[in-house]
Amino acid sequence: MDMALPVVNATAAVFARVSAAFNAPLARAVVFGVHIDGHLVVEGLLIAVIVFQLSRKSYKPPKKPLTEKEIDELCDEWEPEPLCPPIKEGARIDTPMLESAAGPHTIVDGKEVVNFASANYLGLIGNEKIIDSCIGSLEKYGVGSCGPRGFYGTIDVHLDCESKIANFLGTPDSILYSYGISTIFSVIPAFCKKGDIIVADEGVHWAVQNGLHLSRSTVVYFKHNDMASLASTLEKLTRGNKRAEKIRRYIVVESIYQNSGQIAPLDEIVRLKEKYRFRVILEESHSFGVLGKSGRGLAEHYGVPIEKIDIITAGMGNALATDGGFCSGSVRVVDHQRLSSSGYVFSASLPPYLASAAVSAVNYLEENPSVLANLRSNIALLHKKLSDTPGLEISSHVLSPIVFLKLNKSTGSPTTDLDLLETIADKVLKEDSVFIVTSKKSNLDRCKLPLGIRLFVSAGHTESDISRLSSSLKRVSASVLSDY
Amino acid sequence: MVRLPYVTALTTLFSYGLLFAFGQLRDFFRRILDARKPSNLKGYAPICLGLEDFYTRRLYLRIQDCFGRPIASAPDAWFDVVERYSNDCNKTLHRTTATTKCLNLGSYNYLGFAAADEYCTPRVIESLKKYSASTCSVRVDGGNTKLHTELEELVARFVGKPAAILFGMGYVTNSAIIPALVGKGGLIISDSLNHNSIVNGARGSGATVRVFQHNNPAHLEEVLREQIAGGQPRTHRPWKKIIVIVEGIYSMEGELCKLPGVISVCKKYKAYTYLDEAHSIGAIGKTGRGVCELLGVDPADVDIMMGTFTKSFGSCGGYIAASNEIIQHLKLTCPAHIYATSMSPPAVQQVISAIKVILGEDGTNRGAKKLSQIRENSNFFRLELQKMGFEVLGDNDSPVMPIMLYNPAKIPAFSRECLRQNVAVVTVAFPATPLLLARARICISASHSREDLIKGLEVISKVGDLVGIKYFPVEQEKTTAVDKLKKIQ
Repeated sequence: MDMALPVVNATAAVFARVSAAFNAPLARAVVFGVHIDGHLVVEGLLIAVIVFQLSRKSYKPPKKPLTEKEIDELCDEWEPEPLCPPIKEGARIDTPMLESAAGPHTIVDGKEVVNFASANYLGLIGNEKIIDSCIGSLEKYGVGSCGPRGFYGTIDVHLDCESKIANFLGTPDSILYSYGISTIFSVIPAFCKKGDIIVADEGVHWAVQNGLHLSRSTVVYFKHNDMASLASTLEKLTRGNKRAEKIRRYIVVESIYQNSGQIAPLDEIVRLKEKYRFRVILEESHSFGVLGKSGRGLAEHYGVPIEKIDIITAGMGNALATDGGFCSGSVRVVDHQRLSSSGYVFSASLPPYLASAAVSAVNYLEENPSVLANLRSNIALLHKKLSDTPGLEISSHVLSPIVFLKLNKSTGSPTTDLDLLETIADKVLKEDSVFIVTSKKSNLDRCKLPLGIRLFVSAGHTESDISRLSSSLKRVSASVLSDY
Repeated sequence: MVRLPYVTALTTLFSYGLLFAFGQLRDFFRRILDARKPSNLKGYAPICLGLEDFYTRRLYLRIQDCFGRPIASAPDAWFDVVERYSNDCNKTLHRTTATTKCLNLGSYNYLGFAAADEYCTPRVIESLKKYSASTCSVRVDGGNTKLHTELEELVARFVGKPAAILFGMGYVTNSAIIPALVGKGGLIISDSLNHNSIVNGARGSGATVRVFQHNNPAHLEEVLREQIAGGQPRTHRPWKKIIVIVEGIYSMEGELCKLPGVISVCKKYKAYTYLDEAHSIGAIGKTGRGVCELLGVDPADVDIMMGTFTKSFGSCGGYIAASNEIIQHLKLTCPAHIYATSMSPPAVQQVISAIKVILGEDGTNRGAKKLSQIRENSNFFRLELQKMGFEVLGDNDSPVMPIMLYNPAKIPAFSRECLRQNVAVVTVAFPATPLLLARARICISASHSREDLIKGLEVISKVGDLVGIKYFPVEQEKTTAVDKLKKIQ
C-alpha cells in the first residue's frame, strides 16, 4: 500500500507534463493562419511514411514468357518416340487357324485335332437347335442391330433374353451387354465413383483391372483367394473409420479365376460382407452354366441365397456358346445401369441372333441337366490322368473346367517359363494332333500370377480324347523338361 | 455452327429451372415420406447419393417412353415399333404384343444392309452352319478362323493401309487400343466432342489428355505449340509421343472433320494421328472409303485408322488399320486381342459379303447404286429441311442430320407426335449433348426410297409447325418439294 501512492503520484505527474507539452501551442507553427499543435506534426509524419511505403512496388521476379522463335526452336528439336516399339526377336505372332467349328474335334491348319482350347463347357457348339434358332433370327432381323439400346436398337429378342436369364438365375432383373469383356469394365465404373473403396482379389483378369482403374476409386488388393488376407484387409479399412459408413464399399471377386483356375469360397465371402457391410460384385463368366446342381452358378454351388449377392456379371462366350454378356441383380441395380453404364448406353446392342442363341442355350441347359454331370466326370478323369505328369502340376480347383498346369519348378524368369510351355504346346499339336494353349499375358496386365498351360474341358469330350491328351502331354513334357 | 436465338435460350433456361425446382420439391416430400419407412439397408451407403441421379429420377423418367423403344423386326427402312404402356406415369413401362409399322429415321443403316440381303444372308447362314455362332475362345488361342484372316486382308485393302486387325466390338476397340499405343509420359490431344469410347480409352491409358476446340485446326496448332514447349506437367520433361484423335463424322453434329488441316498441323509438329471413322466408313466417298476419299487425303498420312462395322455394314465389331509394325505390336499387346472372345464368325462373313458388294466384287453394281443413293437421299433431305425453316446441322454429303429442338418440353412433344403419325425419330438430350442444345437426329439410309423421304418430310413439317421448331422462317417464294408434288396432284 505504501508503494502504490508514490507510483500513482509519479504517473499523474508524467501525464500532466505530457498533456501540457502536447497542448502547448508552438509559437512559430502557424501555417496559412491555422495553429498547428505538436501532436499533429507527429501524426502527419507517420501518415506520410505509411503512404510512401504503400506506394512502393513490391518486388516480384519478372515473368518472361517464351517468344515465338523459342517455341519454334523447341518444336523443331523435339523428337517423338516411334509409335510402337520394335518387335522382339522370336515373338510369336502367328496363331493357328481354324477351318471348322471350334467343337471338341476341329480342323486346325489343315489337319483334324482334338480341341482343348475353346471354353465350350457344355458342348453347345454345333448344337442343331441353337443353329436353327440363329437361322430364324438371321432371316428375320438380319445380322446387326444398327443402333444403341436407347435408339431403336432394343429388339424383342433382347428383352426375352434378359427375362429368361433373370428367371433362370432367380434374380428380379438382368441387363444385356454386347460384348463379354465390356460387361465388367462398364459395370464397375457405373457403381463405383471417386472416393469409394473397392477390395479386389489380386488375380482378377485384365477387364476387371481396367474397370477398377476407370472407376477412380481407392482399390486395395488382397492375396489371391486368401480369405484370411481378405478379412484382415476389411478389418483394417473399417476399424475406427467413422467415414466408412457414408461411402460405398465393394468387394470384387471372380467365381472361377481365369488366371489360375481357383474357385472363390462364396460362403466365406458373404459372411465377411455381412459383417463389414460391403457389397459384392461377382464375375461369373466361367462358372455360369457350369457350377451348381443345375448350372445356376457359384451361389447354387455353395447354397447361398442369390439375393445376398448384389451384382452378378458374366460373359456369355463360354458355357452358353454365344457372345455378349449380362449383369443381374436387384431392380435398382439393373435400372441404374440402363443410363449410366457406358458400355450399354454408348455402344450398339448385341446382334439379335446371338441373343436368340443365348435363349436356346439356357433352354437346353434347363431341359438337359445331365450335361453337367458329363462335364464333371470329364474334369475328374482329366485330373486323375494328369496327376503324374513329369514336370507339370495341376494348380486349379478340382471342380474348375479350366485345368491349369504350371511348371513344378520355375526356371527363374517368366520368359523362359513361357518359352518352355509354348514349346510343349507346339509339340503336342504337331506330333499328336491335340490342340492346347498356354495362358497369355498382355504387358498392360498387372496380375502377377504364374503362367501355365490352360486346358478347357468340355462336356462334348470323350474318354478317348482325354486319354490322348494325357498320354501326349506326359510324353512331350518328359522330353522337353528333362533338362530342367 | 449452332445459332441459338436469344429468346430461345432464355425460355430453355427457364424451362430447365422450372423442372429443377419441381424436382427438388418432390424430392423434399419424398424424403419426409421415406423417413417414416424403415429401410433394410442399414449400414450400407445408398447406390446413388442425393443429387447424383437427380436428372434421371426427375427429368429423364418423365419422358422415358421416348427412349429405348423396342422393335419387333429388322431395322430396315420401315420397321415395327412395339407399343408400350405405363400405369405409374412412366416410372415403369410394360410391353404389349401390338406393333405399329413406322418409317425408320433413327437406325444407323447407311447402306441398307440391316435386313436380310440377297447376297449376304445365304453366305452368312452357310458360315453359321460351318463355324457355329461363336468360337468360345480368344483370338490368340483358338478363336482365329479362316474368315477372320480373310476379313483382315479385305479391310486393309478396302481402307488403303498395309494391314488390319479385328475386334468384336467397336467400343472396346477404342478403349483397349489407346492404352496399348500410349502410356504414362505421352500426350493425347482429342477433339472436344469425341465419343465416350475415346474418352474412356484416353483415361484408361494413363497419358495426359488435352482437348482442342471442335474442328478447329488453328486451335489445335496453338495447343500443340504450348504443350511441346512446356513439356510434361510439373517435371517439364519432353513428351514421349503425342497422338491427336479426331473422328470422321461427329455423330451428334453431322459434320465432317477438317481432316486436311488437322493432318498438315500434325505433320508439322511430328504428332501421330488417329482417325475414328465409325460413322463415315462405307457411307461417304465415291467408292465408300470414308472421309479420306471424300476430302482427298492420302490414307498413308493418317497413322491409325479405326472404324466399326455396325453402321454401314450391318454387322458388329470394329477394326484398326495401320502399318505392319503397328498391327504386329497390337497383336502382341492389345488386351482386347488377348483376352476377349473373338468376333462371331457369321458377323465376320456379313462384313466380308458387304464389302464385296460395295466394291462390286459380287458381280453386280448394287454397291455403286447404294452409295449414290445415300448421297442423293442425304442431300435432298437436308436441303428440303433447310427450305422448310428448320435449323439443321451438318455438312453436305453427311447422312446424319440433327434438327435443333432446344426446349426440354419439345423433346417428348416432337418424338411422340411423330410416332403417332408413324415416323420414328431419335431425340437426344443431356448428357449426350450440352444442356441447352437438345436435338432430334435423323439418319438417312440407302434403302429409303424417294416416297419414304417425302412422307418423312411431310410429317416432320407438320409436327414442326405444331411444336414450333422452325426457327428460321422462310420467305414465301421458296416452295418445297412437298408443295410442288401437291400442286402436280
